[in-house]
Amino acid sequence: MMRRSKNFWLLLAFTASVSIFLILPVVLSVLAGLTKDYFVGLSSGLTLDWVIKVWTEYQRSILLSVGIALACLVCSLLLGVPAAYVLFKRNSGWSRAAEELMMMPVALPGIATALALIATYGAVGEFRTHWTFILVGHVLFTLPFMVRSVLAVMHSIELNVLEEGARSLGASFTQRFFSVTLPNCAPGILAGSLMVLTLSMGEFNMTLLLHTPFTQTLPVGLADAYASLRIEVASAYTVIFFLIIVPLLIAMQAAKRLTRTS
Amino acid sequence: MLRKDNKLHLLLIAPVAISFLAFFLIPLARLFLIGGSGENGWLAYLSAFTEPRYIESMLTTLLLSTLVTAVTLAISGVAGVFLARNQFKGHAALTAMLTLPLAFPGVVIGFMIIMLGGRQGLVPTVTDWISGERIVFAYSLVGLFIGYVYFSIPRTILTVMAAAEKLDPRLEEAARSLGAKPLQVVAHVVVPALYPAFLAAGAICFATAMGAFGTAFTLATKINVLPMVIYTEFTMQANIAMAAALSFVLGLITWLALALARSLTGAGVAAAA
Repeated sequence: MMRRSKNFWLLLAFTASVSIFLILPVVLSVLAGLTKDYFVGLSSGLTLDWVIKVWTEYQRSILLSVGIALACLVCSLLLGVPAAYVLFKRNSGWSRAAEELMMMPVALPGIATALALIATYGAVGEFRTHWTFILVGHVLFTLPFMVRSVLAVMHSIELNVLEEGARSLGASFTQRFFSVTLPNCAPGILAGSLMVLTLSMGEFNMTLLLHTPFTQTLPVGLADAYASLRIEVASAYTVIFFLIIVPLLIAMQAAKRLTRTS
Repeated sequence: MLRKDNKLHLLLIAPVAISFLAFFLIPLARLFLIGGSGENGWLAYLSAFTEPRYIESMLTTLLLSTLVTAVTLAISGVAGVFLARNQFKGHAALTAMLTLPLAFPGVVIGFMIIMLGGRQGLVPTVTDWISGERIVFAYSLVGLFIGYVYFSIPRTILTVMAAAEKLDPRLEEAARSLGAKPLQVVAHVVVPALYPAFLAAGAICFATAMGAFGTAFTLATKINVLPMVIYTEFTMQANIAMAAALSFVLGLITWLALALARSLTGAGVAAAA
């Protein structure tokens, strides 16, 4: 073992305390969600009652969020991958401007985008109360992440060279797209997809205004639970959210490592 | 470029272009018009800077975001460079812990702060035990500040780590061998080299703190930050014109912050969001 300087231990202590600051509330909320009475403490015993209670009461919100996230993924794949391909191919001032424009829903506060959508389509009755109204907002917000993730891979693998090779061998566009472009961009598509799912599952800024009583999503339900229910229920709901989001996060980090090493 | 390609590219980009126009550009243009349609007309866009209660919340939001950015950069800068420069047992676990909250939405961040400093939180319980006084800080600007720092640390650390890994350690060694003290190395070698990453991460941090809403919504409706004001104008006062004007002003500020950072540091910045 190398001898460490005093500075090393000082910095390690600092970094460790930062990580404790981040992790401690997570641990506390998991404990609270599994404790019979948080006020009394762990001595009151552990229980799954709160989690089951949340699941029975908020099942619809949770499943709706999963559904919207999956639909959002499909949309961002169908729209984003071709868009990234064109932006990559044209690589001009125009395409950079288009890329910048596409980023705007991320730069703009979600509440502004939501207001704009309501102002324009709020009066279209069926649409306003339908879950696709929320989907529109989520696609606007997540699409840039898909496009950028795919674009980054296209640039790093020199897709142009690969494609020209295939073209010179007589492959048509469809053949090239499905047997050269897509497989080679797979890491970027995977990373983008995980990002889209994660962001859509947690989106609140827009969804709070876009949702209706019929279309309450998981995060909106969470805010509701935080405001009105006892801390054990709020925590149990948070635990369910963690169970969905943390695996996505781990997969995302793994995908990132995959792109770096390949 | 072949002519056939032009047609093909147009066909591939058309779905995005049309949806973006229909669901973003047109609604945004409409929101802009609505912003000028209230009782004050186009002056509504100025009232964010002229009317006392909006000035107050504007200043609060700007100050809060600046403070959050500064504190986050300081904490993440130290921890990020440390993690990038040192290998030790538990390094991976520490990094994982620091990046776990990366995808937590604002509402959940708000709840994390309630777990720490809320009425039944950890800090009040501990201070009660030590001094008999329960220090509850969650439902105020202090809680919001801590929440935004909590939210921003993971992504900022990742940006700093990525930049610090690219930094050539030989530069630091050279400075050290020339007799520079550790702090001098940091001030004259590390910070200047990481400056673009700091600027990029800082801009994102600032823009998110300006526009974020979920955390404030969870902690208290009485917190007077701009997104909360917009929300109350829209839902309680039904004043959609004012809400529209304020969200445009807010959007302009966040967009400017991001664009400024991007133009100062070059194209690579966007990838950090």
